[in-house]
Amino acid sequence: MWSFSNIANNLHKWLSETFNPTMTLIIEMVLAGVAVIGLFAALGLVLVIMERKVSAWMQIRLGPNRVGPKGMLQSLADTLKLLVKEGLTPNGADKLLFNLAPFVAMIVAMLLMAPIAFAKDFQLWDLNIGVLYVSAISSIMVISILMAGWASNNKYSLMGAMRSGAQIVSYELSAGLSILAVVVMTGSLQVSDIIHSQADGWWIFKGHIPMVVAFITFIIAVTAETNRAPFDLAEAESELTAGFHTEYSGMKFALFFLAEYVNVFIVCAIGATLFLGGWMPFHIGNWTQFNHVMDYIPSSIWFFGKTFFLIFVIMWFRWTFPRLRIDQLLNLEWKYLLPISMINLLIVTAMAILKWHF
Amino acid sequence: MFITKYIKDVYKGVRSLLVGMKRTLYYFTHHKEIITQQYPDNRDTLVLPERFKGEVVMPHNENNEHRCTGCQACELACPNGTIKVIFKNELTPEGKKKKAIDKLVYHLELCTMCNLCVEACPSDAIKMAQTFEHSVFDRNELTKILNNPGSKIMEGVE
Repeated sequence: MWSFSNIANNLHKWLSETFNPTMTLIIEMVLAGVAVIGLFAALGLVLVIMERKVSAWMQIRLGPNRVGPKGMLQSLADTLKLLVKEGLTPNGADKLLFNLAPFVAMIVAMLLMAPIAFAKDFQLWDLNIGVLYVSAISSIMVISILMAGWASNNKYSLMGAMRSGAQIVSYELSAGLSILAVVVMTGSLQVSDIIHSQADGWWIFKGHIPMVVAFITFIIAVTAETNRAPFDLAEAESELTAGFHTEYSGMKFALFFLAEYVNVFIVCAIGATLFLGGWMPFHIGNWTQFNHVMDYIPSSIWFFGKTFFLIFVIMWFRWTFPRLRIDQLLNLEWKYLLPISMINLLIVTAMAILKWHF
Repeated sequence: MFITKYIKDVYKGVRSLLVGMKRTLYYFTHHKEIITQQYPDNRDTLVLPERFKGEVVMPHNENNEHRCTGCQACELACPNGTIKVIFKNELTPEGKKKKAIDKLVYHLELCTMCNLCVEACPSDAIKMAQTFEHSVFDRNELTKILNNPGSKIMEGVE
């Protein structure tokens, strides 16, 4: 049957027959890099048009409907526009940091792609601390935002960056704690182990209410971590013009924009992996017929379906809720999410020890 | 009690957020609610709201008569000098002089469509029309004379 892992294995076989091991490794690394960049480009185009359509329909508008069939080529036209624009560096800016910041944002997004399992046995790097790696690398994102805000030499940029720093540092906690809930249940930090532990049911179903609470906390926390509305204080158009990317234009701005969407994809992929079983098909107990039908759907479609469902949920948040004030934002984290997820983690641990889950 | 208030807060917060999400999901799935007017395309079928205000006009009846007495209430009511009333003296059949409007000059380029003139008018001589395609190449064309040439005041309007 056609699958991503078959293609990868055949390619690997062919490459190792043709070249020596070192060359094979180098070629495979380059191919993986190209594939990730290609995925980024595709994600940028798809997610931007998706966001614009979702936002339009939620606000009783039509959205882009002129370029291409039903406006589906709008983001391509926008990208073309951004490509031909001048990437201006302001005179007062710290030139090195200013030009480095968008690339740091992109590199962080690329590093985060490594442990994500896109399909059955199709993963760049199945390291044994995959989840820890993701939560560690994703907090480097704040450095690129702080870099951009500081180097712009602009009060709006700096304020946006500072807010973003406070926000990411605090929401990292509850995101980490809700990830820990799954880790406690699975007993492993490895992404493939976590997915295999969900073969008989996804954690969100197996883990009863505490897992649902963990899932909701996770979604709220990652929405805040990716700086999206209602937690988009880092850019807050109505207060800070555009926050940390006020001074950016052309492709440098596009890189930040792309990094935002890629990060949304990544956190949703992580959420889908941890709580919704990654590429695992949906199985119900011992309905053998039903389970067989579900198995026929390719694993990549399961993974992308779940991820895009979560992306839709995050977009749904964005176009429903009003933006929080900075004190409300920190209140929400320190007074509500953090205590709730700590107590929740305690309950989950008790459940894991007493084997209360299915 | 602190803890019950805390739980109540969380419950109320989550509930109100879910109400909002339900509403946006309804709009997301019901495309018939979309209110966007694709203007130049639907020019023929364009439906404007009843209270849409495009410009001030003076309705005339079939005998080329209007209801304007020239009381200047509209001119006084206008906050930015959009309306100017120019008079002429007419002779009544009995040989008396009677004040009547010669021209009611309306500067569309100054008008903010605030509707104060229409509300100030005691004899309902002017009203707001729904036309809105006002762009012209020469701004003099925006200075309009509202009463038709040769029009007179309607019988019985004082």
